[in-house]
Amino acid sequence: MARFGMAIDTVRCVGCTDCVIACKTENELPWGLCRDWIVTEATGAFPDTRLELRSERCNHCDRPPCVYCCPTGASHVEESGHLVQITKELCIGCKACLAACPYDARYVHPDGYADKCTFCVHRVEQGLPPACVAVCPTRCMHFGDLEDPHGEVSRLLASRRHHALQPGAGTGPRIFFLT
Amino acid sequence: MQAVSRRRFLQVSAGAASLAVAGCDATQAVSSREPGARGTDRVRKVPTFCDVCFWKCGAIAYVKNDRLWKIEGNPEDPLSRGRLCPRGTGGVGAHFDTQRLTAPLMRKQVRGAEEWVAVTWDEALTHVAGKMKEIASKHGPEAMALFSHGLGGNFLKHTLRAYGTPNLAAPAYAQCRGPRDVGFLLTFGEEVGSPERTDIRNARCLTLLGSHLGENMHNTQAQEFAEAVGSGASVIVVDPRLSVAASKAKYYLPIKPGTDTALLLAWMNVLLAEDLYDREYVAAHGFGFDAFAAELAPFTPEWAYPITTIQPERIRECAREMARHRPASLVHPGRHVTWYGNDAQRSRAVALLNALLGTWGRKGGFYQPASMSVPEYPYPPYPHSERGRADNPGKKYPFAETAISTGLRDATLTGVPYPVKGWMVYATNLLQALPDEDETIRAIRQLDLLVVLDVIPSEIAGWADVVLPESVYLERHDDLNVEVFREPFIALRQPVVEAPADQKPNWWIARELALRLGLEAFYPWRHVEEYLDTRLQGAGLSLAELKTKGLVRGKRPPVFYEEGVVPVFPTPSGRIEFYSLRLKEAGFDPVPRYQPTPEPPAGAFRLLYGRAPMHSFSRTQTNPLLGELMSENEVWLNAAVARRLGLERGVWVRLRNQDGRLSNRVRVRPTERIRGDCVYLVHGFGHTARGLHPRFRKGASDAGLITRYERDPLMGGTGMSVNFVTLEPEA
Repeated sequence: MARFGMAIDTVRCVGCTDCVIACKTENELPWGLCRDWIVTEATGAFPDTRLELRSERCNHCDRPPCVYCCPTGASHVEESGHLVQITKELCIGCKACLAACPYDARYVHPDGYADKCTFCVHRVEQGLPPACVAVCPTRCMHFGDLEDPHGEVSRLLASRRHHALQPGAGTGPRIFFLT
Repeated sequence: MQAVSRRRFLQVSAGAASLAVAGCDATQAVSSREPGARGTDRVRKVPTFCDVCFWKCGAIAYVKNDRLWKIEGNPEDPLSRGRLCPRGTGGVGAHFDTQRLTAPLMRKQVRGAEEWVAVTWDEALTHVAGKMKEIASKHGPEAMALFSHGLGGNFLKHTLRAYGTPNLAAPAYAQCRGPRDVGFLLTFGEEVGSPERTDIRNARCLTLLGSHLGENMHNTQAQEFAEAVGSGASVIVVDPRLSVAASKAKYYLPIKPGTDTALLLAWMNVLLAEDLYDREYVAAHGFGFDAFAAELAPFTPEWAYPITTIQPERIRECAREMARHRPASLVHPGRHVTWYGNDAQRSRAVALLNALLGTWGRKGGFYQPASMSVPEYPYPPYPHSERGRADNPGKKYPFAETAISTGLRDATLTGVPYPVKGWMVYATNLLQALPDEDETIRAIRQLDLLVVLDVIPSEIAGWADVVLPESVYLERHDDLNVEVFREPFIALRQPVVEAPADQKPNWWIARELALRLGLEAFYPWRHVEEYLDTRLQGAGLSLAELKTKGLVRGKRPPVFYEEGVVPVFPTPSGRIEFYSLRLKEAGFDPVPRYQPTPEPPAGAFRLLYGRAPMHSFSRTQTNPLLGELMSENEVWLNAAVARRLGLERGVWVRLRNQDGRLSNRVRVRPTERIRGDCVYLVHGFGHTARGLHPRFRKGASDAGLITRYERDPLMGGTGMSVNFVTLEPEA
């Protein structure tokens, strides 16, 4: 069974926000909302400042607190690809998942349901990478099955230094940032 | 410090921008199995090319259930290689922008009051033609000037040439890349061009001076930059601000603003002193090398240190790093280089450094671009103007090889060499593009006619007598893009969806105006498709093929000396001019020298400006997709200085410049990413045009604070980084 994840190369990323816009148009998000975003983290004092640019989104965690806290079963883990998804018809908009997510990856859609990144499952089913990955002009984003040891993502994780966000939260995030 | 761009919960109605999109006559595939389509979706794909900036990336637009859905890069396109930049992807928002101009407008009150009456196209164009005839009979046709930006201006240029004026200018020259082209022309006999002929992807060492690739999102350049960084190329970045590119650099040199030429001279001095330059290349192709070397002898790293604040050893290390990787050691020529008024000579220093490294014509340096042959449309000859252009009387700027926008503004103000009484402005917001907006407004007051063609009610449109609303690139044809690049190709822009209101394409406007000026002979074609087909047939192609594919690629010819390109230098000596007799004869330094630029007074900061990846100039702020990613700019201020001034993150200030000009309020961004003697604004914000709500008065306009500028004595470029500001907290 596939378990999809991403490896994102912060060395190549320039933080251009193309991933954010591609997600918005692909998924026809309402103006003003987005499912992915750019973080620019600066450390150190000028001129020895270091930057890390990260394209962030739902981590489709192995142990997803948003699913555990959902009172209706709207937030759930899909068998295929082990993706965290939301059945919007079941969602009552209680926002428990928004509070539970350590990555602040969710928002309430104007129509009243919780919404977030789906890893573009409708594209993945067609054998295509998510829109953010497909558009990236720096080719810094890689999507694939973490269970496949010969896959691109696994090979990158085996050969490059990387980190995930908030490992201490214990959620088992599946987006890894190559540094 | 963490600067976070996060999802925001704006009070935006989902229905606000659902403009109706009617069907389109293009003939592309209709399918529900296109990438990303679901269930019963009807999806239509139309290949075209982008116009959110001037890079002209090949794109495929998707229309889902008769509504514009998304735009992707055309995988066949050598520029985008299937991936657009954020602006290209966000081009969808250009169509849905609710602030667009919708109908021709005529001025109701005084100029600049932004009060209008909507009229029909016939009324508007008949009025414009009448005024143009009046100007021609009173002052001659040369009294009309056109300011235009990008490919979309081609048909208007044609109409104005046919009318009889040679005064066609683009701020892209004297306010942007002109000095660079002159510096390289004087050295190699050829320009760098656009897209720049830089082989970034094969560079093993890449040096950037002020170029902030990645923030400055010229797609191919940014892609190749990431490729070079990803494959471990050495990057050297010289910038007072720690740009995104600088954060990827092996060597980041936080130079004192205005002193780059000193650094360039010191680098060349090191290459000569340590015998690190490409002796063979210089011997084979150089002219005046000994005189050049003698000139450079005094400019040691120790000499440059107090000027640039870069340690001598650091200067040497970088020079050695460049030399280690030559000839795949590109010193990027930059693009917007109108900084201090000595920019052509600084660009020449960049060219000479490249010459020492042997990069011109070499892999990892500069390639020899190629293009396919497409004949021009067989028009009758244009009328000849006895008086010539008005922008550069007496060749005051001897090396300007194209029209100087600010020179046309001078002629408008002074009537010298002759009166300029009418301006037509296409797709360039002159009030933000030219320095000193008061001078522009004074010039406008001298005019008998100001016509603006634009898609949004920009600041310059606010001053127009007649505003003509153009359809956006997704709704129109334009002239062919016969690209000059390492892989030549021809691309077609074609309508994807219909314009939502009474907007018209530039070709239609230009033609209808010409008919009303009695210039029928210059428009033997009725629809632009006839024009395009005629040109394409001349090249052995057909419009039908281009409509389906979007572009046709030519054979990739040899593009490097290593591949058999024969070195040719169209300079007077036929060689690379290390020492320029042309410059000497014209009274300029034959080898560049460092000229100090005035420093900010105590307590003031030099105002620097640049680009953000999701915006093009001042024309994308109301695009709903791009605008919400960056809805206003911030003023970057060194963190230690901010602490000293007691300015915390997010507090509002106004910037006051040396002439008392006060900006809109803008938030402070204290940052460890900039020197303490300058501040930085992203260009294009602080709009003062009321029609640009909701971006009206959001952020500060760098252009509004550029009341001073230094003219480049070689070519008339306007150096604009010569303004100083203080920060005044908002009460």
